Amino acid sequence: MKFTLLSACALLLWSSCSFNDKINAVLPIYGSREPVTKTVNGKQVTDTVYQTIPDFEFVNQYGKTINRKSLDGSIYVADFFFTSCPSICPIMHRNMLKVYETFKNAANVKILSHSIDPNHDSVPVLKNYADKLGVTGDTWWFLQGKKESTYKLAESYLVAVQEDSKAAGGFVHSGYFILIDKQKRIRGTYDGTKPEDADKLIADIKTLQNEPQSMIAQ
Amino acid sequence: MKATIITMLLTAIICMVYSCQSEDQIEYMRYYTAGQDLYKTKCQNCHGAQGEGLAALIPPLTDSIYLKANSNKLACYVQNGLQLPILVKGKAFNGQMPPAGLSPIEIAQVLTYVKNSFGNNMGLYNVEKANQDLINCN
Repeated sequence: MKFTLLSACALLLWSSCSFNDKINAVLPIYGSREPVTKTVNGKQVTDTVYQTIPDFEFVNQYGKTINRKSLDGSIYVADFFFTSCPSICPIMHRNMLKVYETFKNAANVKILSHSIDPNHDSVPVLKNYADKLGVTGDTWWFLQGKKESTYKLAESYLVAVQEDSKAAGGFVHSGYFILIDKQKRIRGTYDGTKPEDADKLIADIKTLQNEPQSMIAQ
Repeated sequence: MKATIITMLLTAIICMVYSCQSEDQIEYMRYYTAGQDLYKTKCQNCHGAQGEGLAALIPPLTDSIYLKANSNKLACYVQNGLQLPILVKGKAFNGQMPPAGLSPIEIAQVLTYVKNSFGNNMGLYNVEKANQDLINCN
């Protein structure tokens, strides 16, 4: 009898914990937002429109053009780097490799690394870099394009990038990983130089993968 | 009487040897701990906290055979950077290492750390040895 009561209590505790987990498991939506009121079936409905990533066009390490549409239906992680970067890029991509290894066989997860030094990082240079990292297939794209468009895109990811002749390697950039959902909304930012942040990113991608369709439909 | 003197002498010798050793030990530890801090700020981003390197881009520091064979070139690599392709753990690396911007004493400290971490065990590399090696840089 005592035992049954105890195990019942334990079960209750355990289930309440997992219930809390589920509530915490909804990721926030970052960026600016505005309410939009429209008339649906004669009723006034107010909806929130979230900031999304604008259209872009870049070339990946295979020489293929990649734009906003290439990411339809994909959760993706974006970062900014350059192949000759002597400072934080190696540690960022050591951490990103963990993310890549976890999701390289998942069809709906992609990684986009934007080069902020397109003059040096040509398509063959990016291909060589990807090869040396051991990256194959279409999960992790290394992108290059016009410098201005890359820098402008960084702004919409809420990331700072700029040229600075005084910084090591000639550029300053923050080492953030940005998590974007299937609706192209910002759902998380992670310090790419910290291994524990990479673990959090992996967990959050799994959360997004399990996000119910009703929440996705906006 | 004779035995007592011999015992005393022996004890004295043992004490001297022992104290010498511990002074070496202290010097080694001084180099090693200073080197550990330098490694964190100057080397770890690329070579990793465990000296593991990064795939085929950045060589690991765990190849004791390479480190022993190139022991007297390492100071130059740290001071001037490295552009030659090198073969580490049977893999070719041909990226560029930038100069670390360290003084000879700091080079000696960081190399003492590297040569005695990540499974390496090569003992103290002091500033005198570093200065000697640095003269022969190309």
